[in-house]
Amino acid sequence: MRASPVFPRTGRQALAGLGQRALRWETGLAVLAVAIFAFGAIDSPSAFLTSSNLFNAGVTNGEFAIMALPMTLIIISGEIDLSVASVLGMSSALLGVLWMHHWPMLGIFAVLLVAGAAAGLINGLLVTRAGLPSLAVTIGTLALYRGIAIIVLGSNSVSNFPSGYATIGVLPVPHLGIPYSIAIFIVLAIIFGVVLHATPLGRAIFAMGNNAETALFSGIRVKRVKTGLFVVSGMTCAVAGALWTFRLDTAVQGNGVGAELNVVAIVLLAGVSIFGGKGSIPGVVLAVVTFALLQNTLLLTSFNQEAYGIIVGALLLVSVFVPQAGALAARIRGMVRTSPPVQPAAPSVSRQ
Amino acid sequence: MNTAVTDRSQSASPARGSDSRRLTERIFRIRESGIVAVLIVFVAVTTVVQHRFLSTTNITFVLTNTTVFALLALGETMVVISRNVDLSIGSVLGLSAYVSANLFGKVHGIPIAAVFAVGIGIGLACGLANGLMVSLGRVPSLVVTLATLYIVRGIDILIVGGNEVIASTLPPGFIQIARANVVGVPYLAIVIAACVGIGAYYLRSYRSGRELYAIGSSPEAARLAGIPVARRVCTAFAISGVIAGIAGVIWAAEYQTVDSTAGTGYELSVIAAVVVGGVAIFGGSGSVVGAAIGALLLGTINSALYVLGISPFWDQAIAGFLLLLAITLDRAIAVRLLAALRVRSSRAR
Repeated sequence: MRASPVFPRTGRQALAGLGQRALRWETGLAVLAVAIFAFGAIDSPSAFLTSSNLFNAGVTNGEFAIMALPMTLIIISGEIDLSVASVLGMSSALLGVLWMHHWPMLGIFAVLLVAGAAAGLINGLLVTRAGLPSLAVTIGTLALYRGIAIIVLGSNSVSNFPSGYATIGVLPVPHLGIPYSIAIFIVLAIIFGVVLHATPLGRAIFAMGNNAETALFSGIRVKRVKTGLFVVSGMTCAVAGALWTFRLDTAVQGNGVGAELNVVAIVLLAGVSIFGGKGSIPGVVLAVVTFALLQNTLLLTSFNQEAYGIIVGALLLVSVFVPQAGALAARIRGMVRTSPPVQPAAPSVSRQ
Repeated sequence: MNTAVTDRSQSASPARGSDSRRLTERIFRIRESGIVAVLIVFVAVTTVVQHRFLSTTNITFVLTNTTVFALLALGETMVVISRNVDLSIGSVLGLSAYVSANLFGKVHGIPIAAVFAVGIGIGLACGLANGLMVSLGRVPSLVVTLATLYIVRGIDILIVGGNEVIASTLPPGFIQIARANVVGVPYLAIVIAACVGIGAYYLRSYRSGRELYAIGSSPEAARLAGIPVARRVCTAFAISGVIAGIAGVIWAAEYQTVDSTAGTGYELSVIAAVVVGGVAIFGGSGSVVGAAIGALLLGTINSALYVLGISPFWDQAIAGFLLLLAITLDRAIAVRLLAALRVRSSRAR
């Protein structure tokens, strides 16, 4: 028998019901990360368990990891920001062109942060004040900000940054032995984690992701918070742009092209719901570790490492299907038992 | 709150009276003609500044460059109308382009039709995989097609390895597919315009086409109304996949050199064209004709900047700005229309 065909659970309600499973998802990720680590250590002990290899694993994923943090908050709040990689590229281009014109480094950093904040503010205002869908807005600004990077830098390639900066992709933070980008990621992860999980603002972000209207009637300034999140995202991506530039010691117009999909993949792999209202920063940290270890392990095997996207994609599918497994199995059982097949008991169409 | 707004492309119900129907129809026409007007103004201004812009060579150039995007926009529109999105089309195009074009070198004298069949098969397989996962698995299409974007590209990279298809292995008849034209208009553009016409007719006049709009306006209501939501959504993805497969073969004919990066990033350009063409990103509204004109507009802009001697470095910023302008205007019109409809219906009462 169909239980309540008239008032079926919506996708979002079903996902909210999975809240208690979030812990289990993160446990699964941790197990996966340990398993990959063990595989790497056993399969190629001489190459994998070296400090330089693990350093590389961190440094090549540092910028993605940093950008994943604000993306997590934005997706939990029910929006998405696809312009992150273009803000990174714009920041990188500005850094290059201002350095070419002999600006002092501190002045350049100030410009980058302001530009990043402005980019985020434009996203935020278009989404909250003009009421446009963030998916469409940030596809537009993805092109716009990359376009600005191209206008600013043209076909130039700027390198020869001062050695103190240019070596951050090669040398670790003194006394810590970890790359600069990972150190920044750790600090930011703690800040974002505390804000998201231990402050009223964090609760507000979850609330608006679950139901923006209810959040609004509960006295949460939804528009202001969302705009703020986009601004934070812009500034964080500006920082990531500077790190990217220094790591490669090159500012070119194409820095970070396509990275938005990597960032979204990390966040979804972390168990953050694309519908908003669900996710955690510890999950994102674990997803970053899993991502980096996976990429690094494949690099050391004979597997064509450019095709590691297959595994990223498979993990993404796992991340959406595993939480649904119970419901899916029940549905298939129902289909087998009742013939002719009944109408599906829940919407099969996603919001996006 | 979206539903009433996004419903506007459909003709109003008869109960509302002829007044509001005329209004809806008028706005519908405005929606379509808005982008046409932008295109005409753009072409006119560019031509006044630089007469070369309307030369046969340049028209051929623009149309040839637009074909693949207009074709992809056709499939993407059907998916977007049903309140889904297909991010995997760029990867499917890449896989289809390499595998199909590579056949010419491997199988001597293989007919071109067979190569197209292979491309269609690849597209159908990918599209069905997407469609089945989204409709039966009931998981968000954004995540599923992001995953298949990676997976299909990964498979492509594994198959291609370090190789590439080069022009000398392709038969002249195949290369002519992209080049043959009648008075400067490529045959290909005519064929694709016909495809868009068929697609528009299907979405406008066939029951299953109308049902895609209903699903996009409100999946819940569509299901309760007895529409087979899962089957329709799955079909939309399958069609999008097949179109990406065909586009891959055409891409190979057009560029002749195919490596594992073919079509990278096309998904976002196509979605941009679809949105500029007035298709609502959350479904339920828009037309394939609008989407095709959106693709043509973006292609025209690129070419116009070149002809006007503006540095091509400005292309992307202007395309992005126009996309933002298009969706902002679209939203403004929608808000006005909603207010107008409210006035009408309260008057009717």
